[in-house]
Amino acid sequence: MNFAEKTINALADLYQKNSCTQKEVLESLATAVKSKDRDSRQIHAYIAPETAQPRHRKADKSSKLWGIPIAVKDNICVEREEITCASKILKGFISPYNATVIDKLLDAGAVIYGRTNMDEFAFGSSCETSTYGPTRNPRDPECVPGGSSGGSAASVADHTAVASLGSDTGGSIRQPAAFCGVVGMKPTYGRVSRYGLIAFASSLDQIGPITKDVRDSASLLSVIAGYDPKDSTSADIPVPDYTALLGKSIKGFKIGIPKEYVEGIDNPELRKKLVEEPKKIFESLGASVETVSLPHTRYAVSVYYIVAPSEASSNLERFDGVRFGYREAGASTLLDLYEKSRGTGFGAEAKRRIILGTYSLSSGYYDAYYLKAMKVRTKIKQDFDQAFKKVDLLLTPTAPGGAFKLGEKSKNPLEMYLSDIYTISANLAGVPALSIPGGLIGEKKMPLGLQLVGKPFDEATLYQAAYAFEQATDFHRQLGNVK
Amino acid sequence: MSDLNLKHIARLARLHFKEDELKVFEAQVAGILKLVDELKEVNVDGVEPTSHPLDIKNVFREDEVKPSLPIEEFLKQSPRSRGRFFEVPKVIEDK
Repeated sequence: MNFAEKTINALADLYQKNSCTQKEVLESLATAVKSKDRDSRQIHAYIAPETAQPRHRKADKSSKLWGIPIAVKDNICVEREEITCASKILKGFISPYNATVIDKLLDAGAVIYGRTNMDEFAFGSSCETSTYGPTRNPRDPECVPGGSSGGSAASVADHTAVASLGSDTGGSIRQPAAFCGVVGMKPTYGRVSRYGLIAFASSLDQIGPITKDVRDSASLLSVIAGYDPKDSTSADIPVPDYTALLGKSIKGFKIGIPKEYVEGIDNPELRKKLVEEPKKIFESLGASVETVSLPHTRYAVSVYYIVAPSEASSNLERFDGVRFGYREAGASTLLDLYEKSRGTGFGAEAKRRIILGTYSLSSGYYDAYYLKAMKVRTKIKQDFDQAFKKVDLLLTPTAPGGAFKLGEKSKNPLEMYLSDIYTISANLAGVPALSIPGGLIGEKKMPLGLQLVGKPFDEATLYQAAYAFEQATDFHRQLGNVK
Repeated sequence: MSDLNLKHIARLARLHFKEDELKVFEAQVAGILKLVDELKEVNVDGVEPTSHPLDIKNVFREDEVKPSLPIEEFLKQSPRSRGRFFEVPKVIEDK
């Protein structure tokens, strides 16, 4: 019996009925990880699975996540655990403290188990830029799992994890969740503390859950959300029980499909599966679906590839070879030490982003690039404000298609960046967005992701709508997420 | 971006590049900058910049002494330390 095939909620039921012990669950999980993660398919969702150790804290058995193992992306700090952002420059770094989300999980009785692979510093959409090598998609090992939280999504899809945490700066939870056929939530900016998340772009980053179904996502977010005095950008707004509205009717919900997101989808099959069929399903559930406009959508990628690298170039200044991480031997001056340690320690994509960001912020270009991008960001945010005056939530594809092949886009950074066109805007506007399995495509029945975007701090509505869709379609069962 | 001086930017970013690496990057970065040039067509007259999605204010707290992690914990992470210090190549010239 592989208990990692269970959902959080199914496993909690088993514990409650005393049908299994925590020891049995953890042993079966360790066996699943060790036997499946490095088998002939070479999924590699985990970094160093052979050294994974469960981390517990004493908690009451009635705690919300008692005995539930959670896998964690390699950019979220776990005390006494190596954390590297899948980068050579941080190899060997042992975190001296827990991220707030980790403390919250441990307090709720969860067990932290395993570090999941990612694009280096979360720079990527395919999980191919990790210093440990790529992660593959369990639905088709020829394909990428998406990125940057590729390992977190692949482990859940492959049943080597019950659930996991990822982080999302421009789609890094939602796009891999879509490619791997699982559920990924990027909460409202400020909903979850970023303390202990190694910063990529501080005005965009959010931690969120990746799970086998919608109910698990709601359960996990209910635990990790909330104000944290250690993160002054976390919001002091009460956290509802996100499972409370699951199963309630969505009759009368107003759903908007942004025309700018779907007018370019020429492939008739994709159009049918990502737009027409989901629309019909939501209508059959009593929601009204109308077309809305987010006129500045076409500029989102440009704004993002100025704002995110600018913030990243600043955040990554700290990796200088002096206080932690990698130092190149033989440097004769301090400048030489910085340049060589960073030049060798960072991979190509990290360097590309640092260069882009440094350029956008540099004297003479700041107004034309960074300042301009921040102003267009305001326009993008206003588009959402306007749309949410008319509708309760937005329905879009999560990605332009299903998972692409390994190596297909890694030679051309621009093409890779464009795979995030549907997810980036939610980060720029700070609004919550959830990706759920929305259909299957092709002979291999590869998953397609549907994205629901909500008003700030209205994750509950997203979950209510997503749950109704999930129950009406059962893609999560067809994909084997729930057996 | 004809005036893209990558060597200068790399110096500002404290990044060492090999010559051939620099050439590949120059073309890629120029391609990305060409894309983002489309922002020029957006009229943003009178629009305030958004540096942050939430309406946040400066957060103050009491200046209280609280226990923190021991210095040794952090020194252990350094590739080179001596005593209570991080060790780096000499930065002060001899007289």
